[in-house]
Amino acid sequence: MKKDERIVMAHGSGGRMSQKLIEEIFRNAWNNPQLAPLLDGAILNLPPGRVVVSTDSFVITPIFFPGGDIGKISICGTVNDLTACGAKPMYLTVGMIIEEGFPLADLKKLVDSMARTAEDAGVKIVTGDTKVVEKGGVDKIFINTTGVGVIPNGCSELLPSRIQSGDQIILTGTVGDHGLTILAQREGLNFFTPVVSDCASLHHVGEVLRKFDGEVRCMRDPTRGGLATVLNELSSQSGKGFIIKEKSVPVSPAVRGACDMLGMDPFYIANEGKMVIFAASNRASQIVTELRQIYEARETAIIGEVVDEPQGKVLLETELETQRILNMLEGEHLPRIC
Amino acid sequence: MYDDKAYTSQLITEIKKEKLNLSLMEVCGTHTMAIARSGVKKLFPHNLRLLSGPGCPVCVTSQGDIDAVIELATKPGVILATFGDMIRVPGSNSSLQEAKSRGADIRVVYSPLDALRLAKHYPEKEVVFLGIGFETTAPAIAITIEEACRQHLQNFSVWSLHKVVSPALEVIFSDSEITVDGLICPGHVAAVTGIDPFIKLADKYKKPCVVTGFETPDILEGIYMLLLQLRNSDARAEIQYQSVVKPQGNIEAMQVMQKVFKTVPSRWRGLGVIEDSGLAIKDEYCGWDARTKFNIPEYEVQPVKGCACGDVLKGKIVPHQCALFAKVCTPLTPVGPCMVSQEGACAAYYRYNSAETRAN
Repeated sequence: MKKDERIVMAHGSGGRMSQKLIEEIFRNAWNNPQLAPLLDGAILNLPPGRVVVSTDSFVITPIFFPGGDIGKISICGTVNDLTACGAKPMYLTVGMIIEEGFPLADLKKLVDSMARTAEDAGVKIVTGDTKVVEKGGVDKIFINTTGVGVIPNGCSELLPSRIQSGDQIILTGTVGDHGLTILAQREGLNFFTPVVSDCASLHHVGEVLRKFDGEVRCMRDPTRGGLATVLNELSSQSGKGFIIKEKSVPVSPAVRGACDMLGMDPFYIANEGKMVIFAASNRASQIVTELRQIYEARETAIIGEVVDEPQGKVLLETELETQRILNMLEGEHLPRIC
Repeated sequence: MYDDKAYTSQLITEIKKEKLNLSLMEVCGTHTMAIARSGVKKLFPHNLRLLSGPGCPVCVTSQGDIDAVIELATKPGVILATFGDMIRVPGSNSSLQEAKSRGADIRVVYSPLDALRLAKHYPEKEVVFLGIGFETTAPAIAITIEEACRQHLQNFSVWSLHKVVSPALEVIFSDSEITVDGLICPGHVAAVTGIDPFIKLADKYKKPCVVTGFETPDILEGIYMLLLQLRNSDARAEIQYQSVVKPQGNIEAMQVMQKVFKTVPSRWRGLGVIEDSGLAIKDEYCGWDARTKFNIPEYEVQPVKGCACGDVLKGKIVPHQCALFAKVCTPLTPVGPCMVSQEGACAAYYRYNSAETRAN
């Protein structure tokens, strides 16, 4: 690869240049037995259990940011969605749509980042697709990942309908970090205490929680729309009410300060490395203790509990111990955050 | 920043003791949101009412002004740079967001200096910055105009919809249908203007005015200071927000604002035309005045049937008393600016109030 070399239309045409791109950049970085033969698809051997499939597309800008890049987020995002379903993530596909003129050096950086992230998460990238479009057709690069995982036999499915009154609501760490990092990058805001994206794979969280099978009811990762939106979705889907204690929700001082300055609310800002978990009250403390051993979940906290009324609503207990409604995000908060 | 829970509890205890029937108006949109978010109203006795006033610059922008700005944005060769909260405000038929989705070049910026950068980046385009806000924001726009002048930037201008707060407060106090016993005054406006405008109001209308900050303990302390004055039949202007507001205000900010802007009559949604309440760019800076560069007619105001934004802004009704609230007018489908603005009384009410008090 020459310095300054760029993607051209021919890289997506299926001919020699496409072949070269796949072999030199993709296969070299992601090599594994399923990918190596470069078939039209991947032949997978799955362990016994229920198969879970999840897909997500990533259009984030900027593509490189403190704490990650579009490649890393494309792996973590789908790994976390599989984890949230109670599955052990195993395989990923990668589809890329690249803008003509995209630097090859940047593509290599992203592909290497995806390789490292996939290895950390214990997943293999087994097949993919690359398209190139004219300048302006996409903004630099868009990535889709589709993931396959397995809920082992004997493990329950995680569903909103299983949420019960009295269950504790657990959050695996601070909120607002990712969205604020992206905003700061886009707007050139330099905070005295830098904000960093929390982009991370949460497969270890899934492993710990499978030990508490039956007592973990449901979980979800609060990405776009933030914690408040995910809580509202689950409240509505479960038909239960949630009461969240504002002072229990972890927010880093950097995010708190930035939000105060910008008039934003951390409850509505995107995260890319957090999980909201609903668990039986008699096991919640133990779950918190075990999750805190995981680096990405080191600030896990119980943030609230499930109640019967008001059905389908989320209430926030403020610092003054009064209650107010915590609504879903209305309209657009920040565009293209993931 | 406060960290004294004991002091906050004490303030709450004292406020709860209030026996008089009182209505206090919080003027500033940021106060509306802070009060709603903190849940502080729920602690008040029933005889103590908090009304929202006209201190949200987005909410008080008239429909006709929004229609004119939408027309400006759709002119060929124009890039309209605006703060984010103007983008969804509905005009008679459309909004800036809708115009953007149909191809108008509208950019959301966080600072007016970003608009200057846009002008340098696109020399073939005319970059118009939508100037909205009270005395808190106007000085920054004044500096931006001066900077454009200094750089001889020909393709940059400002469409000023800036307003000043006190004339609207005079209208509120003079309206016999509105009972306001005391004013929670906007802390950031006062950081620029100083306490003088509020001394004049307190003296003229014999109502206590307290310039208040935005953290929960600030708000509680400001309200307590008002109650103390009312119990003693006092009517003075005081500063609670002493960490930020000096009695003389920010003299340089006021000077630059007065250098670039002159006061003119301005139409306020719900309050009508108020003399000397708008800020227009002075003739010597006409080269950076978008109203000089573009001839856009004054739009006829066609208020939407049932929209009670005006009454909400005057504190005559609370949001859920508007017939459209939460039924037709919601944050996703706003009819009036009070719902769409981040700091609007109706948006705050919708977001932070319990389901029982919302009409849905």
